[in-house]
Amino acid sequence: MTVKEIVKILDCRVLTGERNLDSEVKAGCGCDLMSDVLAFIKPGAILLTGLNNPQAIRTAEMSDVGVVCFVRGKQPSEELIALARENEITLLTTSLPMFDACGKLYTNGLVGWSEYKE
Amino acid sequence: MIGERDITKVQELVYEMKVEQVMTKDIISVSPHSLMIELRDLLREKRISGVPVVDEGRLVGLVSIEDFIKCLAEGEIDIPIKDRMSINIKTLYNNEPLVQAVEEFDRTGYGRFPVIDRESGELVGIITKGDIVRGLLKKIEIEYHAEEIHRYRASHFFEDIVADKTTLIFQYKVISKDFNRAGQTSSGLKKTLRRMGMPSKVIRRVAIATYEAEMNIVVFTDGGQITARITPQEIRIDIVDSGPGIPDIEKAMQPGFSTAPDWIRELGFGAGMGLPNIKKCSDQMNLDSTVGKGTHLEITFNLNEKMKLGSGNDS
Repeated sequence: MTVKEIVKILDCRVLTGERNLDSEVKAGCGCDLMSDVLAFIKPGAILLTGLNNPQAIRTAEMSDVGVVCFVRGKQPSEELIALARENEITLLTTSLPMFDACGKLYTNGLVGWSEYKE
Repeated sequence: MIGERDITKVQELVYEMKVEQVMTKDIISVSPHSLMIELRDLLREKRISGVPVVDEGRLVGLVSIEDFIKCLAEGEIDIPIKDRMSINIKTLYNNEPLVQAVEEFDRTGYGRFPVIDRESGELVGIITKGDIVRGLLKKIEIEYHAEEIHRYRASHFFEDIVADKTTLIFQYKVISKDFNRAGQTSSGLKKTLRRMGMPSKVIRRVAIATYEAEMNIVVFTDGGQITARITPQEIRIDIVDSGPGIPDIEKAMQPGFSTAPDWIRELGFGAGMGLPNIKKCSDQMNLDSTVGKGTHLEITFNLNEKMKLGSGNDS
């Protein structure tokens, strides 16, 4: 699934990485606990999170995750956006709650880590 | 794929680069006294659609394929070029920034501009949109190449050093309770390892383990130090703090066991997964802790034959 498709399905606002919308997302992960994300997320996945702080971006950076989407309409700070831009992470926000956002992506064919095949 | 950074780079370059750096210097020109009929072969041979008209080094006009066709239609191909050329020509100076040229192309819709030397007033080149694109691409390629050389040198660092044993040491200070800067050390280390040409799978494991350890220092201690020691065989990371220490290491290693207060959980950490995560990512882990004194965590990552330095990113 491309970032562009995700933006359409979740009706996202694109905060950074406007030019990377054609890149491919391999799997999805919805989580507010960064340690869980660090333990299980696959490189090339999208991270959906309600955790609106720089650690969400750092976590994505460390685990080679190129796309982060904030759920429930969270508006990140300028510092956070700058951090995402610096690390070439595409940043999205959607007004959908976590469950709804994950559900929509899953029913449209994006797998989670239990079904992900390398 | 063009990233955000490349776009800003291009924006920077159009201000930085000058017209003369991208213009075509091999100018094909005609004399104002030549006849229009002579244009036919010139335009066809050189596959160009317009030619500057030069008299004793000075640009006096521009004659295009349209002018030629008009003459042809009117049956007046035996008249001198000076009678049919455009005289009021927009030109650019050699030392103007490229952005000026881009704006002029935009504003006028013209296909080309003659370039005049600001001092001598002589025609020195001709610039088209294609020249600008080619010039920018070439410059980006050169800079990209420079970065590649940089990386190449870093990745061959160990081979270039003559010694029985070589160790590279990077040291980072981690400040307690500074959540906005938390992660900077792991970020810096990750970028450094990437530049050294380490395999990306190893880098990812090092980055995740170091990040968890860094968060532990920020959250639980009064600050500490992270030291990375790199040899051709392994990466060893030492994470040292000066207290308060872990009372029961066995318990701390259990997934899900946590002593973190709620405010840390709100930051997305403190789920009791940190140390188990670090263990999972590393090839070897040693944890030493004395209550009241501090903790020393040592993690090692093997760089085996397949993954040794300089083999480049593998994913």
